[in-house]
Amino acid sequence: MLHTINKSPFEKNSLESCLRLAKPGHDILLIEDAVYAATSGTIVSELVEAAMEDKNVSVLGPDLASRGIDEARLLKGIGIVDYAGFVDLTVKNDKVQSWL
Amino acid sequence: MSEPTVKRFMYINRRAPYGTVYSVEGLEVALIGAAFEQDVCMAFIDDGVYQLKKDQDTSATGIKNFSPAYRALGDYDVTRLYVEGESLQARGLTEDDLMALTYEDEDDDWAEKPSIRLVSREELSGLIDQQDVILHF
Repeated sequence: MLHTINKSPFEKNSLESCLRLAKPGHDILLIEDAVYAATSGTIVSELVEAAMEDKNVSVLGPDLASRGIDEARLLKGIGIVDYAGFVDLTVKNDKVQSWL
Repeated sequence: MSEPTVKRFMYINRRAPYGTVYSVEGLEVALIGAAFEQDVCMAFIDDGVYQLKKDQDTSATGIKNFSPAYRALGDYDVTRLYVEGESLQARGLTEDDLMALTYEDEDDDWAEKPSIRLVSREELSGLIDQQDVILHF
């Protein structure tokens, strides 16, 4: 299962709800304003790090660049994918859900 | 003819750029307010601080990068951009992560000065209280 999240974790609880209900082994891709959740030193960093222990969390690179976030500022171990990688994730998973 | 009324306007920006249209619209409205020679300042709180993040590069997404437009604010006499320190801190950011926005001070031989003013939540609360008109984006 692939979960995409596109809302800022500081404004909406989409990230929190997704992480609460996603299963170990699931793929989680942060896109649009959700990419801020991938940065270190924030009030949601611990939540994301805990999810990374048993889920595959990645972030969409072009959306990071748009927002001026350098890869060096990301949580350690988080994957960065480009648009082709996004397509690969959707092909790899039989189901995709978008947390809005 | 009587002097035009000048009101103190504050535009409060609470949204991240690109994900919604709020921030780009807020910037346009602030510039319009300043063009009508009102006393305009802006506040950046919550996700609004991300609007001022430096190094925004939208080339891979095809979205227009509107962050350079904040540099025009100084020319429209919008010289006070208040950034709430607590909002930066919650997002793992510091003032060094923000664009270097400046204005030329006509009362000080056009010296170039920083427009961004880091304020505490308490200071911002006081500033909001001093305004005549407060608009949110």
